[in-house]
Amino acid sequence: MNDIFQGLSQAMRLVLAFDPGLVEITLRSLHVTVTATLIASAIGLPLGAWIAVNRFRLRRYAIAVLNALMGLPPVVVGLFVYVILSRAGPLGVLGLLFTPTAMIIAQVIIITPIIASISHQAIRELWADYHDLLISLHASRSQRIGTLIWDGRRALMTAALAGFGRAIGEVGAIMIVGGNIDHATRVLTTAIALETGKGDFALALALGFVLIALAIAVNLALHILSGTERGSRW
Amino acid sequence: MVSPILPLTLDAVELRRGGKRILGPVSLTLDGEGITIVLGPNGSGKTSLLRAMHGLEWINRGHATWNGEADSVRARQAFVFQTPVLMRRSVLDCIAYPLRLDGIDRRRARDRAAELAVSVGLNATLDAPAQVLSGGERQKMALARALIRAPEVLFLDEPCANLDMASTAEIETILARTRDAGTRIVMSTHNIGQARRLADDVIFLHDGRIIESARRDAFFAGPGTLEARAHINGDLIP
Repeated sequence: MNDIFQGLSQAMRLVLAFDPGLVEITLRSLHVTVTATLIASAIGLPLGAWIAVNRFRLRRYAIAVLNALMGLPPVVVGLFVYVILSRAGPLGVLGLLFTPTAMIIAQVIIITPIIASISHQAIRELWADYHDLLISLHASRSQRIGTLIWDGRRALMTAALAGFGRAIGEVGAIMIVGGNIDHATRVLTTAIALETGKGDFALALALGFVLIALAIAVNLALHILSGTERGSRW
Repeated sequence: MVSPILPLTLDAVELRRGGKRILGPVSLTLDGEGITIVLGPNGSGKTSLLRAMHGLEWINRGHATWNGEADSVRARQAFVFQTPVLMRRSVLDCIAYPLRLDGIDRRRARDRAAELAVSVGLNATLDAPAQVLSGGERQKMALARALIRAPEVLFLDEPCANLDMASTAEIETILARTRDAGTRIVMSTHNIGQARRLADDVIFLHDGRIIESARRDAFFAGPGTLEARAHINGDLIP
């Protein structure tokens, strides 16, 4: 219990003092996670909408696979990306291993199925409401998907935030492909793992509180900006 | 000069769902002007007939043929559903939506939508979400959305089913005006009085088949079938 209070007070001190080390890894965490979320959203949102709107062979299996991929083990993803990006791997020539880019790639692989699957659920319900109207109005396939994404944007933002939440707290994959290198690839989660390993529980908890506050702040900011809970909005 | 999309010819059209026949075989030709009212008891196939004509249903047997290419024909007809589809947009953007699909810029589309909203008597706040509209207002919004492309043929599936008398009267006035402007209207209804007021001709359906088709006056003066007579008199149809 003492560690928790110490962690809280240390977190307050670090934040109020704008501790340079904390600011650096916090900004890196945000950079990696926000970039990964944007890329994964650019892939996952249209993919979810496309699967919801189109009928094709093996569609049911595609949805099942997508849902299963939501539970991808991050360590395995990290290992996979490590092998691909390692010097002997097919993309080793790019020299991306142990860089923030490698961490972004790993996070994109982990959260794209989450965003696509939640988007698919949201768009499927909207498609059920809109189906006859859009067919009747002779909307093209791309117009249907565009309309569903636009009108379902608040539900889709929830999908993107779910991806963000998963990515900001991710440690296994980015530890493997990023290496937790100080001033290069260290982020909040890998720093927490490091401090825990060193036995500095108070600092680890302090970083943990900062991480939680960061995740809540980003979610709140997006909800307020988009007016999700404003009266008589849809 | 663009050639009209009518006549529409249904040739022995049959719809089956889950192995059960829900419509047909139905043969008819839709041409000319005016309002055709589709009458019939619950489950007689009124909605299915309208949806098959509009191309919303997969036809299992027979053919529905318009005068023109499928793509151009679809954009020149419109459908108003019994329960209006409310998009998650403002009232004005809902009405303007078909024009946005046609590539017309948002400002012009909204200007046109505002004109139509006024013409159908939609006095609600046009920038409010469509979900806040009352039942009558929702149906007027759906009507304005259907009319914004100036369709040659307008299908309406029981548009006044859940409306009060005042809203029903307003909708009927709009429909009469739309007919007078040259739009061919096909509408299903339960309401015999409404059929008498609006119809130029009547199609009577029973058990998925057209059992009577006649001009309004002839139909109501002396229906040729027991089922149609019972329906008009409000009797139970065997």
